[in-house]
Amino acid sequence: MSDATGPDKFDGPTPDNALRQANKTSGPMLAADGKPLKKSLSRALRRQKLRALMLIAPLLIFVLVSFIAPIADMLFRSVENQIVSDTMPRTTEVLGAWDGQDLPPEEAFEAAYYDLYIAAEQRIHTRLGSRLNYELTGASSLFRKSGRGLDDIGEVYQDQFEDLDENWDEPMPWIELMGDPDWLAEQQEWAADEEGRQPRFELREGIDEILPRSAAQYAIFADFTQRVEEDNLLEEEPWSAVHTALYQDLASGDVSSYSGPRADMLQAAAALVASPEFETVAFIDGFEEIDEDWIEPPIWRTIKLYSPNYTSGYFLNSIDMQLTPDGAEARPENEQIYMLLFKRTLFMSLVITLSCILLGYPVAYILSNLPMRTANLLMILVLLPFWTSLLVRTSAWKVMLQQQGVINDVLVWIGLVADEQRLTMINNQFGTIVAMTHILLPFMILPMYSVMSTIPPSYVRAAKSLGATNWTTFWRVYFPQSIPGIGAGSILVFILSIGYYITPEIVGGTTGTFISNRIAYHISSSLNWGLAAALGTILLAVVLLLYWAYDRIVGIDNVKLG
Amino acid sequence: MPDTGTSDAFVAFERVQKSYDGETLVVKDLNLNMPKGEFLTMLGPSGSGKTTCLMMLAGFETATHGEIKLDGVSINNIPPHKRGIGMVFQNYALFPHMTVAENLSFPLEVRKIGKSEREKKVMRALDMVEMGAFGGRRPAQLSGGQQQRIALARALVFEPELVLMDEPLGALDKQLREKMQFEITDLAHRLGITVVYVTHDQTEALTMSDRVAVFDDGRIQQLAPPDELYEAPQNSFVAQFIGENNTLEGVVKEISGGRCTVQLDGGEMIDAMPVNVSKVGERTRVSIRPERVEVNPELGEGAHTLKAKVKEFIYMGDIFRTRLSVAGNEDFVIKTRNRPDQVRLKPGEDVTIGWLPEDCRALDAQ
Repeated sequence: MSDATGPDKFDGPTPDNALRQANKTSGPMLAADGKPLKKSLSRALRRQKLRALMLIAPLLIFVLVSFIAPIADMLFRSVENQIVSDTMPRTTEVLGAWDGQDLPPEEAFEAAYYDLYIAAEQRIHTRLGSRLNYELTGASSLFRKSGRGLDDIGEVYQDQFEDLDENWDEPMPWIELMGDPDWLAEQQEWAADEEGRQPRFELREGIDEILPRSAAQYAIFADFTQRVEEDNLLEEEPWSAVHTALYQDLASGDVSSYSGPRADMLQAAAALVASPEFETVAFIDGFEEIDEDWIEPPIWRTIKLYSPNYTSGYFLNSIDMQLTPDGAEARPENEQIYMLLFKRTLFMSLVITLSCILLGYPVAYILSNLPMRTANLLMILVLLPFWTSLLVRTSAWKVMLQQQGVINDVLVWIGLVADEQRLTMINNQFGTIVAMTHILLPFMILPMYSVMSTIPPSYVRAAKSLGATNWTTFWRVYFPQSIPGIGAGSILVFILSIGYYITPEIVGGTTGTFISNRIAYHISSSLNWGLAAALGTILLAVVLLLYWAYDRIVGIDNVKLG
Repeated sequence: MPDTGTSDAFVAFERVQKSYDGETLVVKDLNLNMPKGEFLTMLGPSGSGKTTCLMMLAGFETATHGEIKLDGVSINNIPPHKRGIGMVFQNYALFPHMTVAENLSFPLEVRKIGKSEREKKVMRALDMVEMGAFGGRRPAQLSGGQQQRIALARALVFEPELVLMDEPLGALDKQLREKMQFEITDLAHRLGITVVYVTHDQTEALTMSDRVAVFDDGRIQQLAPPDELYEAPQNSFVAQFIGENNTLEGVVKEISGGRCTVQLDGGEMIDAMPVNVSKVGERTRVSIRPERVEVNPELGEGAHTLKAKVKEFIYMGDIFRTRLSVAGNEDFVIKTRNRPDQVRLKPGEDVTIGWLPEDCRALDAQ
């Protein structure tokens, strides 16, 4: 006789007593020690939860690092667009006020000159060119050309200043003019042995008020030289953008009151600039010299449109639209491709799913009604394709279906098809559907089989004993119970096929390719990752939407894998 | 159809054999006649062929040899759905994707009965099993007992004359099972339907049936009303299978005038009723029911007494169950009623036991 069934003989608080006590009094249920029961319970469960968490932690971390994070990053790329404003900060600012009609003002060209000059020195102007090339054909070569041509503008001024005074092309005079004396002393000390970190350049006090543009440009030059090139600033003559800035400062400001280092040299330069012989070149003319595209509005409009940090442009491109100053617009008919691909992907996935159901259902039915031993043996045959490389299977279909292939040969041989009219069964939709149905069939059969094998044969017998014919028994009793298997298999096959890549790539030709092939193209060939990310995001959204719809219509509880 | 002498039987098995693998017979030469309105139970251990017989009758298995007749007509070649036999399955087999009412309506729909007629019949069947309020539920929302009633109602709703039940109460707990036993027999008698009931539970068989067919090894060992089966088993298997039974082994020494003398293996001589022993010298098993044994008996002439040693005494409430060692049998059990004057034997005690010769049946020795 065990004590558990004996009467309650404890005098002290037991969990039972405490619960009874708590039931009598109102308020929160108390545990035996008087603490609220919920609190005690959650404390008792905390250890369990912690242990569970620790057990799943390795997988969780792995999934986060290798799955969730890359996906999130990829999704983010579909809207990210910082490259324009990062590379051309001044230009985008000036263009913000531009109405987008005709040409932007001279200031925009000036800003673009300085922005692109630095970008060209850093060799990042071509990257921006490729980015803008996605939106405007020709932008890439325009930017590449401009990187080389911008020097021509500055050299006009550089040459004239140099002709006036050799010192304008020497490093030291510039440093004395621009640099802080204390910094200069440190820099000279460092230059003696060039060991350790180069002291960072500091502007001389007050110089940015007298020569604002030059000071700013020189500071950028100094920073680039010290930080990126890691050269000794004392030995580097400034680049021509600084001379351009000096001309602008001298032309617009008055330096006659300046009395710091190199005052005479500066004043002489100011006199030269003021003289009528001084040759100048407007920025707009300089850009026209580089390429006439610069004095057409499209490139400026494109820069303005893509100056925000985030853009809907990639998504609009993904649905055959484009961003224009007047909002989103459909692309011209001959440039539309993605909607066609999305529709084709959905349609073909649907056809593949349907043919998998039609082919797989009878097989699963037979398998589930065979004795275990035979069923297992046949199941190996179903799974056999899994053990063969996907590429081999797909290539085998190529051999089977091509015009000089096995099937055509047989058809010609038995005289069904004339030799000169062999059927085209590969490199089109038909070939893709055939090959993918074959490859994805096991994913349909397996869940169907596992659901069907749980349907007891007594249901069928019951239906027959109640007077139902074989067909009625199947349709009214067996089939409804096998629907969860069809559902699970269909979701599996549909989602797999909607993102399938290798098979359509090999046997799809031009009419049988999927959206995933286009995504792969943008990832690996055109390197337009933003567009690839946007297409992928749309694909993901479509799958989730279909999943949601399935849940609403059929109910996701109805999906059983076994 | 030639008159075979069984045309008055409603259900008839004639020399039916069944083999699954072509090597062994699961059912060997089965002959069975059932009149209309009878409640017949097929009882036997698993693998005895009783379920196979039921499945052959329902049409899910075909007889390898012989004929099965329903109302005088051979049904060997009639598919199950045309036989019009109601059936209740072990796991109820209620269609999970239909409501209770839809389940009941299913056999009527396939018989193309009109909607209003259908609803009337469904309602009547549900009321019959006292489940009238549950028509809209799904089977999964019902308890085991409720599902059982629905399964019963579904088997009866299309008014079959013959209903087959394959261990229908196997999944229920004891109390519910006893209640349902009563309800099923009551319903069967009320509706006047013929029932073939398969079970391996002998209590169920004894309490419910008009006649019980005890199956073993593919044959009917005995076909008799419950009382006859219990009190006059025709062979050792039936004696062992039905109720509790004590056996003593020995050799027949003499047969005369409805009595025989058996020398037990321990040397003791006892009298017994010869049931299926035919000649002197044959080995036999003597069968005595535990409740027919008397302790320290004051029995009349012809009764035999044996020495016994008490091994165990178990108090079971209404009865006492005492295990004894008798003539080499360590598991000789006697049952005595719990009466104020009843002696409670103690383990180790030596007693004398005895019984009337007519309660002691000499059966085959297998």
